[in-house]
Amino acid sequence: MSLVRNRKALAGMILLAFFVVIAIIGPWIAPYNPSMVGPDSLQAPSLAHRLGTTNTGQDILSQLIVGTQGVMVVGLIAGILATIISVIVGVTSGFLGGLGDEVLSLISNVFLVIPALPLIIIIVGVLPSAGGLTIAVVIALTGWAWGARVLRAQTLSLRKRDFVEAARANGEPMWRILFFEIMPNLTAIIASGFIGTVIFAILSEVTLAFIGVTSISTWNWGTVLFWAQSSQALVQGAWWWFVPAGLCIAAVGTSLTLINFGIDEFVNPRLRNTAANARLLRRKKIRARIGFTPVYRGFISTRKGEDA
Amino acid sequence: MKFLLRRLGFYVFTGWAAVTLNFFIARLLPGDPVQSLINKYRGLLSTDAINSLRVLFGLNTHTTVWQDYLTYWGNLLHGDLGISFAYFPTPVSAVLAQSLPWTLTLGFVCTILGFALGTLAGVGLGWRRGTWLDLLLPVANFFSAIPYFWLGLIAIALFGVALPLFPTSGGYDGGLIPSFSLEFIGSALYHAALPALTIVLASVAGWILGMRNMMVTVSSEDYVTVAQAKGLPERRVMFGYAARNAVLPSISGFALSLGFIVGGTLVTEIVFSYPGIGYVLFQAVGSKDYSLMQGVFLIVTLAVLVANMAADFAYALLDPRTRQEG
Repeated sequence: MSLVRNRKALAGMILLAFFVVIAIIGPWIAPYNPSMVGPDSLQAPSLAHRLGTTNTGQDILSQLIVGTQGVMVVGLIAGILATIISVIVGVTSGFLGGLGDEVLSLISNVFLVIPALPLIIIIVGVLPSAGGLTIAVVIALTGWAWGARVLRAQTLSLRKRDFVEAARANGEPMWRILFFEIMPNLTAIIASGFIGTVIFAILSEVTLAFIGVTSISTWNWGTVLFWAQSSQALVQGAWWWFVPAGLCIAAVGTSLTLINFGIDEFVNPRLRNTAANARLLRRKKIRARIGFTPVYRGFISTRKGEDA
Repeated sequence: MKFLLRRLGFYVFTGWAAVTLNFFIARLLPGDPVQSLINKYRGLLSTDAINSLRVLFGLNTHTTVWQDYLTYWGNLLHGDLGISFAYFPTPVSAVLAQSLPWTLTLGFVCTILGFALGTLAGVGLGWRRGTWLDLLLPVANFFSAIPYFWLGLIAIALFGVALPLFPTSGGYDGGLIPSFSLEFIGSALYHAALPALTIVLASVAGWILGMRNMMVTVSSEDYVTVAQAKGLPERRVMFGYAARNAVLPSISGFALSLGFIVGGTLVTEIVFSYPGIGYVLFQAVGSKDYSLMQGVFLIVTLAVLVANMAADFAYALLDPRTRQEG
């Protein structure tokens, strides 16, 4: 598959695979029990504690390793749920048209405009005990609208294409047109929407844990930052407490955006060609300006000079 | 004109949906404000006090949901959002009125600044692609994946603790009384520097990436080639022809990212203990103050709706096609 040949997408996938593996085997490879209180309080990174300890002597590396699972699982569940909702709403509304389309796109536009994080905070805050699954469901319910909007636009433009008209003229049933003619052409958009939602879900979940809205007894990267903030790690200069957790979040986010860039370049040939052209032009020392017709001034002007 | 009326209708509908959602979240989900107030005072409340609290929060009467909904709207239109018990017994509207100006100023200035800087940088990056400037892309990519609050933590660690240049918490010097004096405004600006830096840095990356990709797509359009072929100055082609059209999706995307940026701003305020809406929300969550949480959600949603409306009108001004479609 050519997505693998795209360097950005490949780098993203490798980085993501690393975190997925950690999420799966985390509980077994963590050097300590992340909640275990130890005698070494607020130690800088050392051989015994690779990323140092908290003020109660808990091992931070273990907290990060064990916490990976929570982050990944919530991101994945929220991503899958939101993608299902957005495919159902987006494709139906693009395919149906008419009043059904009006109503469905009105609903998704409302969800797009309402700021998601405050909404998630009040829902989770009102719920008496919010575990990982609840959070994932709430995030999915507030984060599906963007994907639905993009899918609707694409379905709308596919619906009038010749191959769909031909299928309809052939008397193919509606479900067959939907699943075998239209859906395969939406794969890239569905995938990129899924990845976008996973990023959104991970950022939201970590933020919720950092504010302390969710349960602080299960470990995830946000919980680590919550304890760092509430134990004055910043003032005490305990950088090892809050820097690695943030880097982990940024690394997962970057890996997912890289994959999405790969998909973007896969779908939009102009972006793909630019990436390929840029390398070629750089080698020939040509500055790309407009479109695919680079202006090579040096060469032309000397030729003109000779002619004159 | 028809376009603007349609959009206005949409925002009125969304406002109604947000208020209704707000009402039903409190109504349908479990949770009892009086019970959490009892917990807050650790059993020091007498039975009489508990009963009068139930009356105060309107929990003693048995009314239908529809009646409650109407009463809720009635109260809302009178600016009555209930009583906060994180700041007991101040009304929610008073708490919000005090904190809203801080958030509005900080959020507005930073959002506009981030948008302007990011779009300009994106124009440059998209125009001069294939040069060393492309190395900025992975950096922007990394920044767009960082949560706002963590960038805030790093900012505090670097410029507040390691190099004590800026204050790390609060909105103004503790010894001053809020007023429009030069001293107070100076102190407020000084305290806003780090949160502002955080928000601008975290939001600018998204605009850069979006604008850069649009510039790449637009600059291969025929009209840009023609403009270049006519021998127009490069700056004119870049801004007058390419960027002018490439910026349109960014402006229509402004509406969608605003909700996200607002969320980030709220969390940034929490990190910096900035006296805005975000910090109030944090207090409300900590003490399970539902009416305050809902008030915050409502006011933030309304602010986002107004900003969206402004972005829509700007879009209609810039892109004649939307006006024609009607």
